Amino acid sequence: MSALVVVAPGPLSTLQDSGRWGHLRNGVTPAGAMDMIALAAANLLVGNPPGEAAIEFTLAGDTLELDAEGARIAIAGDAAITIGGAAASPWRSFSLKRGDRVQVGALRRGARGYLAVAGGFATPMELGSRSTHVRSGLGGGPLRAGDRLPLARGAAAGGGDVAIDPAALPYLDGAIRVVLGPQDDRFTAEGIATFLSGEYALTAEADRMGYRLDGPEIEHRDGFNTISDTILTGSIQVPGTRKPIVLMADRQTTGGYPKIATTATASLPTLAQMKPGDRLRFAAVGVAEARALLARQVEAMRALPAALRPVLRDASTLTSEALLATNLIDGVVGPDA
Amino acid sequence: MTGDFRIKAAGDSGLVVEFADRIDTAVSARVLELDRAVVAARIGGVLETLPTYRTLFVRFDPLAADAGSLEDRLRALAAAATGEARPGRLWRIPVAYGGVHGEDLEHVAREKGMSTGDVVRLHSSTIYHVYMLGFVPGYAYLGGLDPRLHISRRMNPRLRTPAGMVAIGGQQAAVQSIAAPSGWHMLGCTPVRLFDMRREKPFLVQPGERVTFEPIDAARFERLDALAGRGEKILEPEA
Repeated sequence: MSALVVVAPGPLSTLQDSGRWGHLRNGVTPAGAMDMIALAAANLLVGNPPGEAAIEFTLAGDTLELDAEGARIAIAGDAAITIGGAAASPWRSFSLKRGDRVQVGALRRGARGYLAVAGGFATPMELGSRSTHVRSGLGGGPLRAGDRLPLARGAAAGGGDVAIDPAALPYLDGAIRVVLGPQDDRFTAEGIATFLSGEYALTAEADRMGYRLDGPEIEHRDGFNTISDTILTGSIQVPGTRKPIVLMADRQTTGGYPKIATTATASLPTLAQMKPGDRLRFAAVGVAEARALLARQVEAMRALPAALRPVLRDASTLTSEALLATNLIDGVVGPDA
Repeated sequence: MTGDFRIKAAGDSGLVVEFADRIDTAVSARVLELDRAVVAARIGGVLETLPTYRTLFVRFDPLAADAGSLEDRLRALAAAATGEARPGRLWRIPVAYGGVHGEDLEHVAREKGMSTGDVVRLHSSTIYHVYMLGFVPGYAYLGGLDPRLHISRRMNPRLRTPAGMVAIGGQQAAVQSIAAPSGWHMLGCTPVRLFDMRREKPFLVQPGERVTFEPIDAARFERLDALAGRGEKILEPEA
């Protein structure tokens, strides 16, 4: 069967899609891509639906080899890349032929990148998703040398390769937006003020399960024990250490520390790109504002296909006709230039 | 009509209906009654619900549902949820106690000043209430442990315990659904898989159902374990 073969895996690479939703009541963690914007960008570049499963790599990518007649792949993330030994740029698709080796190196910026393949990966769906959740064993485990990732469609899709300017991606800048609660009443007014005014840094304990933060201590009201209830991706809980923990995609479904706030969905991709040592602040928004931020982000993502630009196969054949024909000039000297 | 609950936002995509700040079966009955009502109401934009000890979490698509009107709808449904008792199905789970199957049985007996037989009798003669599933897929939080078996957790959690581990910790009892770390005391093992992807219904027990335990010997454990290992169903619930 057509496959991408893992020659050498990065530090932590897993298959992730839009997540294993719908089974919270049975204790099933959704997992899924940490950064849904970058996942969607990688998929868009190869013509897939935005939530199709792709390889999520952490800090550095993998070395892969194509065992198929041809396949189109794309990389979202500012990583150093070589294809067949030649340096290449990310944020574009590539048409590979049998035996081509793709080497994705360290990310120059951010914490996570995505490698998508046209047609998607044909690993088994488990409870409606191909996402990997290491702790429960669903979706397999981290990529290992020798793994063969089956391709849903062996042949490269028609048409030329395309690229996208990552500046078009609608990440929210500035403070991480949060909606206070659901257990903000378990904190003193001073505790909440500290949380919203302090600067926090990601510690070394920052992975797909959650980020332990360092910074000003947050004061509880009536201790820190609560009856276990729902945890969400983006829940911010404060245990006995009084330092916040932001729970991320691989979190448990239930847990027992008071949750001071919940990250706005539109800020999750920004959080997903943070790594140990990065600093952040929190800003409280109302539910209506969080929803409006998300609506604008979703709108911008829907407009992304218009931002795709064709990549010419061979730079030496560039002519003004070809540039005009592929609308590349429009991309260079368009209204944004 | 009972108005003693509150509804809180959990970010932009969730609402939490909280009934009380305690663990008991009456509160759980209200949570589960509201859960049934919300599922039956098929409210547009509602994606899924998660009942816990004292709260119902409702996840919705923030771009398809209006949080304000959803909250009004939940308020009406929650006020109507009086906690009608509805005993759930009973799962009689076979357990091989002690020895290699329950390495902490003797420790628990010593700690509690009773014989291992007494621990087994107390543990297996209770009918437990399934409050919620969480932690890992299919893991059931069971309430109703006999107070004579309440015991603080292990000093040193085990980094890996097997699927099927039957354990106690604090005031709770549990059956491990997949291999996972645990700080609870291991009394025995069941061949029953609470979670098995190969079955048509991967999850066995559900919140609101009841669980009790039936001691079995090692030979019977081996026979049932072999069947379950092939993905066969070895347990049916009683009404």
